[in-house]
Amino acid sequence: MRAVDAVMECLKAEGVDVVFGYPGGANLPTYDAFYDSDIKHVLVRHEAGGGHAAEGYAKATGKVGVCFATSGPGATNIVTPLTDAMMDSVPVVFFTGQVRTELLGTDGFQEADTFGITMPIVKHSFLIQHPTEIPRVIHEAFHIARTGRPGPVLIDMPTDLTRVEIDYEPVGDVRLPGYQPTTEGNQKQIRLAAKALAHARRPIFYTGGGVINANAATELTELVRADRFPITSTIMGLGAFPAPDPQWVGWLGMHGTRTANYAMDEADLIVAVGARFDDRVTGKLSEFAPRAKFIHIDVDPAEIGKNVPAHIPIVGDARNILARLLTEYRAQEADPARLDAWWERIDGWRTQHPLRYEDSADSEIKPQYLIEALYEATGGECIVASDVGQHQMWAAQYYHFDAPRRWINSGGLGTMGFGLPAGMGAAVGRPELTTLVVSGDASIQMNTQELATCAEYGIPVKVFIMNNGYLGMVRQWQELFWDRRYSHVEPGRWPDFVKLAEAYGAAGFRFEDKATLVEDIRRAIETPGPVVVDVRVTREENTYPMIAPGAAARDMVG
Amino acid sequence: MLSLQELEASVNGRSGRKHIVSILVENKPGVLTRISGLFARRGFNIDTLVVGPTDDERFSRITLTLDGAMHSIDQVTKQLHKLINVLKIRDLEPADTVARELAMFKLAADGAARAEILQIADIFRGRVIDVTRRSVIVEIAGTADKIAAFERMVRPFGLVEMARTGEIAISRGRGET
Repeated sequence: MRAVDAVMECLKAEGVDVVFGYPGGANLPTYDAFYDSDIKHVLVRHEAGGGHAAEGYAKATGKVGVCFATSGPGATNIVTPLTDAMMDSVPVVFFTGQVRTELLGTDGFQEADTFGITMPIVKHSFLIQHPTEIPRVIHEAFHIARTGRPGPVLIDMPTDLTRVEIDYEPVGDVRLPGYQPTTEGNQKQIRLAAKALAHARRPIFYTGGGVINANAATELTELVRADRFPITSTIMGLGAFPAPDPQWVGWLGMHGTRTANYAMDEADLIVAVGARFDDRVTGKLSEFAPRAKFIHIDVDPAEIGKNVPAHIPIVGDARNILARLLTEYRAQEADPARLDAWWERIDGWRTQHPLRYEDSADSEIKPQYLIEALYEATGGECIVASDVGQHQMWAAQYYHFDAPRRWINSGGLGTMGFGLPAGMGAAVGRPELTTLVVSGDASIQMNTQELATCAEYGIPVKVFIMNNGYLGMVRQWQELFWDRRYSHVEPGRWPDFVKLAEAYGAAGFRFEDKATLVEDIRRAIETPGPVVVDVRVTREENTYPMIAPGAAARDMVG
Repeated sequence: MLSLQELEASVNGRSGRKHIVSILVENKPGVLTRISGLFARRGFNIDTLVVGPTDDERFSRITLTLDGAMHSIDQVTKQLHKLINVLKIRDLEPADTVARELAMFKLAADGAARAEILQIADIFRGRVIDVTRRSVIVEIAGTADKIAAFERMVRPFGLVEMARTGEIAISRGRGET
C-alpha cells in the first residue's frame, strides 16, 4: 500500500478516532488517504486552532491528540501550540508535510526548516528519510508522546516519500534504547517519605498537572484523606483533588489564595507531586517556603532539584507512588492530633482571608460574579476551557473543579487564543459533557475563526466572553507597576460579538444585567450548537490577591 | 528583576571543577543540534566538544568539557538524558579517566629560533609535521594542560596560528566508558 495509507493504519492501531488538521500542497498524499479513511478529520480554520484543539482533546480525554499541517506556513503556524504542549506536558503528535526531498534545503516553495525550527519545543521529532520507516516512526511518536512526562512529538514527512508503495506490516512493539522513563518509585524513598509525613507537624501537599497526566487523582485523594493533610495545587492541577473540600485550601501562586501561599510559607514539609516550582508559584525563590523540607515526586528526574532542593526525591509515576505511599503511611500509625495546631492556623487564615470581591450595588456584572453565576448555573458539571488573562484567574478562583480533566487552560506558556480551539477539542473528545469556554474580549479575537469549525461540525461549545474592553491583565499591571500609564491596552474598536457569532453560524447573546444573569446563562447553555455570549463586566477590576512579580509569597497584596 | 545573589542561589549543585562528560548517542539526524541547542537554551557553556565514531557504526561518542563552577552538572546530565537519541552519559571522574587532545602549532621559525623550537617540541614529545624556510608546524598530543604549557613556551617565538581538537576521553580499566 502507499505509505500514506499505512499512516491511516497506524493511526487506527493507536486508537485514534479523530484528528484536527488543514491540508496543503505538501501533505496532499496524506489527505488523499483521508478520503477513504474511517478516521474522523476535523477541518480547522487555522493550523494554530488545529494544534490547540488537539491539546484540548488530549487534556480532556487523556488520549494522544493528533494534528496535521502542511509544510512551510502550515508548520510555522503550529509553533505556538507545540510550545504550549511542551510547557504543559500535553501528549500531541503533529504531522507536517514537507517539500520533496530533492528540494530540501533549496528554499523551495512553502519550504521551512520545520525540524530545525521546532527542535527546542518538542519532546522529540522525526524527519522521515525513507518511506519504510514511517509506520515504526508513528508508533514511536505515540509511545514517546504518551509515556513518561507526556509531550508533543513532531513527524516531518517529505511529500515524495509519503506516496511511495511500501510493504506495510503492523508494528508490534516499540524499542527505544535511549528512552526508558522510570515509573516505579524507589521503595526505600517511599518509606522515608511516609515517615517524614508521619512526623511532620505542618505538612502540605502541593500538586500539579503531573497528577492529572498520571491519572492519579483517586490515589492522591485517598492519601490526602488518610489523614487531615491540607492540600493546594498549581493552576494546572485543579480537579485532581475535589474542590470545594475542607482539606482543600485553594490553589497557590501569584493569584492563588492567601491560605495556600501562607501555608506553604510556614510549612515544615511540602509534598510536591507532579509540580515544577514555577516562578508563578514560588514568587521570590530565595524566600520560598523557608522552613520546609521537600518530598518531590515527579516522573521527570530533571525537575527534581531544578529550582528547589529535594530532601526526599522520588522519581516515577505518581499513581504508582501515591498508592504505595498510602500503604506505607498507614503502617506508620501517625497521630492525627499532631496536626491540630496547624489546622487552627490554617482555619484562621481561611476565615480572615477568603477569596472575596466587592459586588456591585446596581445591575453591573462583576467579572468574579460571572464565574460564580456560571458555577451556579451549571452545578460545576462542565469542562471549562479558558483563555489567558484576568478571566483565567477568576475562572480558576471561582469555578470549583471536583474531577480531573475538567479545567483546560494554558498554564506554562500563557497562550492567548488557546481557549476556543482547546474547548472545541475538548467538546469533540467528551461530547457527553457541556464545554464552556471562558475568554476575554482580547483573547477570543486571537482564534475566532474556529467558530466556523464549531458551526460546521455542530461542536456545541458555549463561549462566555468576559468583556471589559481592555487587555485586562496587562492593564492591571500597568495600573499597579507602571504608574497607570495605559499603553495600548484599550482597543479603540472591537467587534460586535453577537453579530460575529451569527456571521459564523453560531448563536449570539449579550448579557448586561446581574439580576437575571444565572437564568440568562442557563438559557444560553440550553441553546443547541455553538453559542457566543458577550458579557459586559466591570471595566477596571483587578485580579486579587496577588504576589507581585519577584516578591515573596507572604507579601501577598489585595 | 532577579538580583545576582538570587541568580546564584537558584543554581545549586555546582562542583567548582572542570568536568568531562562522555555521551553515547544514536547516529540520527539532528542529534548534535539537539545537544548544542539544549546547552544554548538552558544557558550552559560548553568549553570543548568533540564528536566521533565509536566501534559500533550505529552510535557516536560526544565528549564535552564544561566548567562545574558555572553550572550544575546534575542538571546538565539530567536534561541530556531527556533527549531520546542519548543512550548513555558519563560524568567522568578525573582520577579514573584518560583524556587526550591533539593540537597543531604553526610557528615562525627563522634562523636560530628553529633549533630552539625543535628542542622544546622534543621535550613535549611533539612532532614536526611541516617545515618551510620560515615556519614549522608542530603536532602535540596530550592533556589540555600539557598543550597549554607548550603554547606558553613557544608563543614568544611567534605563534602564527594554532588548532586544537578539544579533549576526548575514555575511562581507565576494563569497563566501558
